[in-house]
Amino acid sequence: MAVACVGYNPDVNSLSRSVAKALFAAILALMAPLAFAQLSIEITGAGANRIPIAVVPFAGEGAMSSRISAIVRADLERSGLFRALEVPASNAPITEASAVNFDEWRSRLADALVQGSLAALPDGRFEVRFRLFDVPKQVAVGGIAFTLQPGQLRATAHRLADYIYEKLTGERGVFSTRVAYVVKRGARFELQIADADGGGEETALASFEPIISPAWSPDGRHLAYVSFENKKPVVYVHSLLDGKRQVAANFKGSNSAPAWSPDGSRLAVVLSRDGGSQLFMVNADGSGVRRLASSSGIDTEPQFSPDGQWIYFTSDRGGSPQIYRIPAGGGDTQRVTFEGNYNVSPRVSPDGKSLAYIARNGGKFQVALLDLSSRQTQLLTDSDRDESPSFSPNGRMILLATVIGGRGVLSAVSSDGRVKQRITTASGDVREPAWGPFIKE
Amino acid sequence: MRGIFMLVAASALLAACSSTPMGEQPAAGVEERSPAKPGPVPASKPVAQKPIPAVVLPGKPPAPMSPLRDPNNILSKRSVFFDYDKYDVKDEYKALVQAHAQYLRSNPGAKMLIQGNTDERGSREYNLALGQRRADAMKKMMLLVGGKEEQIESVSLGEEKPRAQGSTEEAYAQNRRGDILYSGE
Repeated sequence: MAVACVGYNPDVNSLSRSVAKALFAAILALMAPLAFAQLSIEITGAGANRIPIAVVPFAGEGAMSSRISAIVRADLERSGLFRALEVPASNAPITEASAVNFDEWRSRLADALVQGSLAALPDGRFEVRFRLFDVPKQVAVGGIAFTLQPGQLRATAHRLADYIYEKLTGERGVFSTRVAYVVKRGARFELQIADADGGGEETALASFEPIISPAWSPDGRHLAYVSFENKKPVVYVHSLLDGKRQVAANFKGSNSAPAWSPDGSRLAVVLSRDGGSQLFMVNADGSGVRRLASSSGIDTEPQFSPDGQWIYFTSDRGGSPQIYRIPAGGGDTQRVTFEGNYNVSPRVSPDGKSLAYIARNGGKFQVALLDLSSRQTQLLTDSDRDESPSFSPNGRMILLATVIGGRGVLSAVSSDGRVKQRITTASGDVREPAWGPFIKE
Repeated sequence: MRGIFMLVAASALLAACSSTPMGEQPAAGVEERSPAKPGPVPASKPVAQKPIPAVVLPGKPPAPMSPLRDPNNILSKRSVFFDYDKYDVKDEYKALVQAHAQYLRSNPGAKMLIQGNTDERGSREYNLALGQRRADAMKKMMLLVGGKEEQIESVSLGEEKPRAQGSTEEAYAQNRRGDILYSGE
């Protein structure tokens, strides 16, 4: 992933200075992964009925820098839906082809069992093979083999975990997806991308001015965001493949709150160019700006529903900030939230059935989930400074920013409120998380 | 430098007094005495050395004070503070806003950026919109008093650039603010 850096750059005459600044920032950015520990995830709440699973160390996995079975086990445990069982030491290496002593695993109360192996190929690549067993039924329920380069160990382990997760829960795993977030360290802002487990973090943009509202394109190749590098908020679209940045909205006044249409062709944005903060649509390349809605109040935080039919947004047109929706092609607005006097930051679940948002309750800002058909609302968190909720692409988890001990951290909560994770870094304030889409095979 | 010169001059004068006393005549009828034996001559000190090189620091004489920078001019005041959840310019800041509008009217080439700010509580994007409302309120007042639309851009920094850090009421009050910047500043 390429690293782009910006500093405040008032005119072209300061090009050399800004190049020097960018170089310095790039060097810092390169050092960052060494100087600071990666995100670490701590499980603070788990599902009620976790599936007991044994992941046996893979034969030959010691040939690589990290143990693939350990990454798979950690992924599954972190989901809150699995309980990894202790695996007794074995004299002989165990592979996917080794005979399974089902009686022993049943006595250890395992429901599922994973056995596998890693082998070096003559061309320098590796092959990992594994098999998943249903212990009570005493049958293999699946298995798969991947060929990988040495640098693809973590990505391959996440693919294995996704496979196991889907086989055993019936829903797609998100271990191979990535998350974006902003870290503030002193005067420096870094837009970072990491694996969903917090590993493999990379800096996509480093700046001495704030960066907010990162939004993944549906194909996972671009991030739209708001940068303040020119004394005001401007919306950019940033290619993660080559670090190229394109201005998507830089009109007179403020430009903010980008949201991708499900087909990736357009962005809903908030512009103040005609007075107030109002909803507009632009093409992803910044062309074809057109107004989406009009109100005398604030309209902001647009979000497309997954089917592309609706745009949910925050508006204070009724006096207090509440969530509304409008047909994506324009039309009559409907109010969505009614309880309380501060409901903001709407995010529609990937299945389109529920809406996560931030509600203020007695001075506390917390994540609420509204069932769009039953109209039932559930508070999912008990923290008090929650912001920027973001669904995992399978809808199971909601990533959010909160403040603990005066420091910005990320946390995640399952959409049933049971599983809770806290995600921290060794230093800096972490904020503005955005969970990326499923990666196309 | 002038001080050193005066010191040197003064010591030269003193040296002149002691080496050549003014010819004060002895009183009449007093036995003539031989002149005092000359004592040891002090080593002579140079009165002046080589000229002292002047060190001139680079720079220009200060330009005449811009009214925008003159601390005695109301135009140097650039911040308007707002109450919690309020977006109207309070009476105490109206003179400030009017003075800036007047400046825009007398300087048609001048361009102004108004940056609205909020405290940190709540959604960043919603706060960005609230800061915009503050900047827009200031702009609207400027337009009424004589600023031109093309001279003024109102934008928002939301909660992203707090002047005061911390989660206290004092910090929040400092951060509920609109700032005036002129082009080139």
